[in-house]
Amino acid sequence: MESVEAVFREEHGRLLAALVRRYGDLDLAEEVTSEAIEAALRHWPAEGVPPKPGAWLMTTARRKAVDRLRRDQVLAARLAVLQVEADRAGPVPAPEFGAELPDERLQLFFTCAHPALAAEDRIALTLRCLGGLTTPEVARAFLVPTETMAKRITRAKKKIREARIPFRVPGADELPDRLPVVLQAIYSIFTEGYAAQRPDLAEEAIRLTRILHRLLPSEREIPGLLALMLLVHARREARDGGLLLLAEQDRARWDRAMIDEGRDLVVVALTGGPPGPYGVQAAIAALHDEAPDFAQTDWPQIVALYDVLLALTPSPVVALNRAAAVAMRDGPQAGLDLLDSLAGEPLLRGHHPYLAARADLLDRLGRPGEARQAYEAALGQAGTEPERALLRRRLDTL
Amino acid sequence: MKYLLLINADTVDEAGKPPGCEPADWMAYDKEVKEAGIFVSGESLADLVTATSVRVDAAGKRTVTDGPFAETREVLGGFYVIDVPDLDAALDWAARCPGSRDGSITVRPVADF
Repeated sequence: MESVEAVFREEHGRLLAALVRRYGDLDLAEEVTSEAIEAALRHWPAEGVPPKPGAWLMTTARRKAVDRLRRDQVLAARLAVLQVEADRAGPVPAPEFGAELPDERLQLFFTCAHPALAAEDRIALTLRCLGGLTTPEVARAFLVPTETMAKRITRAKKKIREARIPFRVPGADELPDRLPVVLQAIYSIFTEGYAAQRPDLAEEAIRLTRILHRLLPSEREIPGLLALMLLVHARREARDGGLLLLAEQDRARWDRAMIDEGRDLVVVALTGGPPGPYGVQAAIAALHDEAPDFAQTDWPQIVALYDVLLALTPSPVVALNRAAAVAMRDGPQAGLDLLDSLAGEPLLRGHHPYLAARADLLDRLGRPGEARQAYEAALGQAGTEPERALLRRRLDTL
Repeated sequence: MKYLLLINADTVDEAGKPPGCEPADWMAYDKEVKEAGIFVSGESLADLVTATSVRVDAAGKRTVTDGPFAETREVLGGFYVIDVPDLDAALDWAARCPGSRDGSITVRPVADF
């Protein structure tokens, strides 16, 4: 039944998006999407997967929607209003059977990541609607009780419905403002996958970005983000299920095919105009992945890329990463001077990677006492057990 | 769909006027909203120091107090009710409102009963 799983994964978001477009109601679309998938789960194992599973699911879902609308007068009245508006806006293309279904997922991406929704709700909705995760699965991913997540998703859907957040792709003039929100939602899914050690979430983020890349091929920050995620995800085996620093990883265990794909995408992301922040971060990741070992990494180039990134998105965290690269290029004292110049940044106060980076440089400068103090301070601030384990390991080697 | 645009002006200067934009900006915006055919209603409020609050408790006793006094730097300066198709259209009109430049506009759909 693996092929059935794959079909559902691929078709869920597409089906939901087409139904939302048709009925203008996310709740109704969600309900009939799951009913259609349940019906498929009953029929397909016995009768086999139909030749056009997407069209089969769409027909079934539409029948369910019509039944439901007949039963529910309130929904029917709402549908009538929506229909009038849709007619005014121009004809809604009917889904074509046999031919490839029109892809409305792009509209759903922008709706789920609308800036009028709370940031954490955007991520949850994207996973729920486009990733096809169930509410308990989304809840597990973010380590909150199912009930809490259900409330959040309900609240977000209520806002979409009652404030009337439109299902539409922003125009070319708005895209530069809106696309980063969509990309941020997906990237948060990816980083959550890392923090929670859920490779399935990281893979879901990569899958969603691939879809987005197909739908918006000329937006270069999309291949930039895709490249960044592939180049980081390629190292997952070498992290040994925990946190291993780049310098400690066995590079033979990096996924070469994924790195090659990521490098090709970096070229796409950086060609033909000023680069965006994801493209630059991907280029940095590519330089790490290309180096035969940690010492032979192209540090001057990485520092130069951090300069570009700092100009694009000035932040103390980027400055911290730049300082670490400068330490590799010019020696630990140069890095430490830069770190100390950042000491007043409120964002870095109690930021354990900052404390750990300082500890590492003090150690390399032969100041173990101060290094120990800094590691202990970092240990006191570190959030997760893998982070603490890493810091304890560093302390033991002093 | 009707949306209320609540215009929260940043703290007023000595003259009691929000800094940053001119009366001409407001007149131009008002004209645009009316010419676009989306204007439902709208008023500019008198200075906050003229506001009075009334509260009636469970026993029916009426309490009248001076205020409210803004707890934030922003004060409610006026409002528009506009009729546009969706939230994005309402946000566009809010962004064009002069009040969004030296304060913020809260956009709320008007409930439909």
